[in-house]
Amino acid sequence: MPTLTVDGVEVTVDPGTTVLQACEEAGAEIPRFCYHERLSIAGNCRMCLVEMEKAPKLVASCAMPAGDGMVIHTNTQKVKEGREGAMEFLLINHPLDCPICDQGGECDLQDQSMAYGSGSSRYDELKRAVSEKNMGPLIKTTMTRCIHCTRCVRFATEVAGVEDLGAINRGENMEITTYLEQALDSELSGNIIDLCPVGALTSKPYAFTARPWELSKTQSVDVLDAVGANIRVDSRGKEVMRFLPRLNEDVNEEWLSDRSRFSYDGLKAQRLDTPYVRKDGKLQPASWGEAFDVIAAKLDGVDGANIGAIAGDLVCSESMKALKDLMDLLESPNIDCRQDGAALTTENRAGYLFNSTIAGIEEADALLIVGSNPRHEAALINARIRKRWKMGNFPIALIGEQVDLTYAYDYLGAGPATLKEVAEGKHSFAETLKKAERPMIIVGQGALSRNDGAAVLALTKKIADEFGLVSDDWNGFNVLHTAAARVGGLDLGLVPGENGKSAKEMLDGSLDVLFLLGADEIDVSNLESSFVIYQGSHGDAGASAADVILPGAAYTEKDATWVNTEGRVQLGRRAIFPPGDAREDWTILRALSEKLGKTLPYNTIKELREKMVEVAPHFADIDQVTAADWGSFATEGAIDDAPFINPITDYYLTNPISRSSRIMAECSTTFSKVKGEGTGTNG
Amino acid sequence: MLKDQDRIFTNLYGIHDWKLAGAKSRGVWDNTKALIEMGQDGIIDAMKESGLRGRGGAGFPTGLKWSFMPKESDGRPSYLVVNADESEPGTCKDREIMRFDPHRLLEGCLVAGFAMRAVAAYIYIRGEFVQEAINLEIAIQEAYDDGLIGKNASGSGYDFDIYLHRGAGAYICGEETALIESLEGNKGQPRLKPPFPANVGVWGCPSTVNNVESIAVAPEILRRGEGWFSGLGRPNNTGTKLFCISGHVNKPCNVEEEMGIPLKELIEKHAGGVRGGWDNLLAIIPGGSSVPLLPKSICDDILMDFDSLRDAQSGLGTAAVIVMDKSTDVIRAIERLSHFYKHESCGQCTPCREGTGWMWRVMQRLVSGDAEVEEIDMLINVSKRIEGHTICALGDAAAWPIQGLVRHFRPVIEERIKSRKASKAA
Repeated sequence: MPTLTVDGVEVTVDPGTTVLQACEEAGAEIPRFCYHERLSIAGNCRMCLVEMEKAPKLVASCAMPAGDGMVIHTNTQKVKEGREGAMEFLLINHPLDCPICDQGGECDLQDQSMAYGSGSSRYDELKRAVSEKNMGPLIKTTMTRCIHCTRCVRFATEVAGVEDLGAINRGENMEITTYLEQALDSELSGNIIDLCPVGALTSKPYAFTARPWELSKTQSVDVLDAVGANIRVDSRGKEVMRFLPRLNEDVNEEWLSDRSRFSYDGLKAQRLDTPYVRKDGKLQPASWGEAFDVIAAKLDGVDGANIGAIAGDLVCSESMKALKDLMDLLESPNIDCRQDGAALTTENRAGYLFNSTIAGIEEADALLIVGSNPRHEAALINARIRKRWKMGNFPIALIGEQVDLTYAYDYLGAGPATLKEVAEGKHSFAETLKKAERPMIIVGQGALSRNDGAAVLALTKKIADEFGLVSDDWNGFNVLHTAAARVGGLDLGLVPGENGKSAKEMLDGSLDVLFLLGADEIDVSNLESSFVIYQGSHGDAGASAADVILPGAAYTEKDATWVNTEGRVQLGRRAIFPPGDAREDWTILRALSEKLGKTLPYNTIKELREKMVEVAPHFADIDQVTAADWGSFATEGAIDDAPFINPITDYYLTNPISRSSRIMAECSTTFSKVKGEGTGTNG
Repeated sequence: MLKDQDRIFTNLYGIHDWKLAGAKSRGVWDNTKALIEMGQDGIIDAMKESGLRGRGGAGFPTGLKWSFMPKESDGRPSYLVVNADESEPGTCKDREIMRFDPHRLLEGCLVAGFAMRAVAAYIYIRGEFVQEAINLEIAIQEAYDDGLIGKNASGSGYDFDIYLHRGAGAYICGEETALIESLEGNKGQPRLKPPFPANVGVWGCPSTVNNVESIAVAPEILRRGEGWFSGLGRPNNTGTKLFCISGHVNKPCNVEEEMGIPLKELIEKHAGGVRGGWDNLLAIIPGGSSVPLLPKSICDDILMDFDSLRDAQSGLGTAAVIVMDKSTDVIRAIERLSHFYKHESCGQCTPCREGTGWMWRVMQRLVSGDAEVEEIDMLINVSKRIEGHTICALGDAAAWPIQGLVRHFRPVIEERIKSRKASKAA
């Protein structure tokens, strides 16, 4: 443990700490551009220079390991001049076009030049201009502003795992580029916008739409995948202007995936902003009273067994609880939150959670992925796996579709047959799992949403039981969900009751009345004979089949709870109001229940949440993961030979909000559609 | 003046056979086994005793540098890397060694590599050195065929390989860590130190990077005894050195001389004197383009070694003596060097990337006189903000020639500005 003195303050730091970190610990502020906690050290901006006694020159504190007995000064005249010099050099070729720069107001260069710059310029020569680079539909470049800190290059190569970014030329002609002027093909590319300390890389969709100081900032969570990334919703008036990631070491660190970051324009398109009722075969706008009257008339006298409800991928736990309670009051056993047909049951919570937790990936020492492409299903979890892989000694194997995961893995096979071999210990990777101290398995929905899903789940459980994946202080059995609502739905018991029908059975047209709560990833072609009520925010598959539409709120428009794939209960907060006549979802169900004469027993969201805690106590522990006890689940059965098919075919279009987004459509065209083989002359 | 029997580079001018037979007749590869039998510590101690300082420019004691290499491997192999990326303007000594005496370098690689427990040597040669690379390739093959290197090199029981790697002609790749990056196949950009190459070098393994001349003289020092070498020159500046004399002299040449020879004697004896006589001398850059120039008044009695030149606020550098007579536009000469550094900056760190271009543009205006007198001070201030603030020494190298110019020729610059102003006004 080296002890050093910083400006007269003595600090003791962990071995391997840099002088910069030690200075911060001692309370001295060190300016920096290239240094970033989560990236390798470049030491190139020279802004973090400090004076070290016995060193002939100023040292770059970000790159100097803290040593015992070092005496550091951060506020001497020499240091001040060093910083002023670095600042001056950075600014001489910087265009100083802050008034038309989107980084204005949140620019490191702006802030630090105020604090450490000299205030006037001595540069009397012409400034450098650099041509813009094509980085795709998400990232806007103004490379003249670039200060060559290489944070973006390091992020792309180290965290995102794509080698598309780099520097060409040398000296003052050095340029950051995608070499071939291709779009940056990574689902984490948006993070380089946050990383860029200047306005060289900014958000293309957000360009010139707002200034940071006009935005209201709401802390919330993302629901477009099951990771539950912590986000900040920046809104102005009734419009969401952008999403930014919020720091949460346990979930998303400080990253956000592109779909979650850029789907916000989908919140403004295809919105259901008034109730609709189908008259003469056509959906017509109606009032809430009218819509409720139609539903009440339809439900009058219908037996509970002929009513069903399906909850979708984005819905909040509160509305699912209200839906479940309403179906109970209607005496219907037909309810399901698994619209993809995943063979997950509620008998054991550990059987459907990502038990190791996301941060726990970093402690694992072997990984088997079954029927999943984590890069598309949970990009941030994939980044965490890559982070662990980069530390070394982390054998990874995959059963399922052979895809580029940005890290190396052993490809074992395509389907359940291989999985069975591993489970029976006949495969060499079984040895690897056995030998590992903290082995983990990730089971994707591609392995579970099949007819033999239960048998596949049983095989993975067998692996977990027999190869030591579960011990006293470690549970390496992980189910990777793709839907933000799924774990919450399972926690609240949204599965068919006794003799109840599953989602698939409800969709065959046998029910009289079907209630779709935000359910859009379904086949609606057989629903002609059912009376369909759709409650949700966007006009998508579910709404097209509906007889009555009840307009709900999107995730940025309500205070609500979601449970991520780890089982972490997180609060989303309202940033803006729902458009038009749309209402928060649980209040719609509460109002409807009263109309039906089956009033739900809660008048406030607080009372509703108390009911949720009664069913599932962990809903009281916000932001926490409550470890689930390992027990029995899944029944063995016959398996099919068909290979596992990953659930996501187009990363950018997985949900109604993203499908309504122009930005996502453009990304889909750019990244998802042109993956075919081509020669140099095609296109 | 150096006696003929004290010369190490006996085929400096290529008048003899450069291949193995010729080299052996000049004493190269003569009982190399005995040198290796001195043992690692024996060799390093002898090198330390000899007082040899690195011939690449910085003058770091060679024996001391070798002693930094790990004595016991932690599983990683060690490597010797020979810096043959000779690119310093004015310098052309390593080229002569490689094309006319390549075996001297190869024998040095074996001895030095053995001393630092390296399994192989990588010779990183400048891309433009085509003939030199060809000759080295031939020499390496000859040495392998003769059992001098490879398995049981020279019958010593030590296995040692030598590889030649051709660069692509970037000045910065002569900086040792940039050279390592380039050797690994990356963009040639200097690395942060620490960790130093002796700890984490090429491919993450302990490595030592030495200049061609430092390696090539090693076997001869060991053979003749460290006392012989340390007896030449002055204390702390011992031995012989190759000097490259270019510019306004009657006979530009490379010559091996004793360290500490007076500059005037060096030029008059070996280069046929300054064009138009000593009194026609304006200034001399004594050690390659990156060291500050010296005006005639200092050149008159300066001694050519590390310490003496450092005391005169210049440096021995690579001992590339660039002579300028009174016909030289000294501002234009330094402006050209300034352009060189702007062109060769790798672009990695801020002060050098931005500052070299700024200085060059100001220098351009100083050449024409389109500047203010105050800008001279600003230029010096800018150069000081580059010097010592960069990852590698290229920033320093870009700053020093300008600092030297202003130090010794400020009146010339001011005069140029004033006369330009006067002609504009008229």
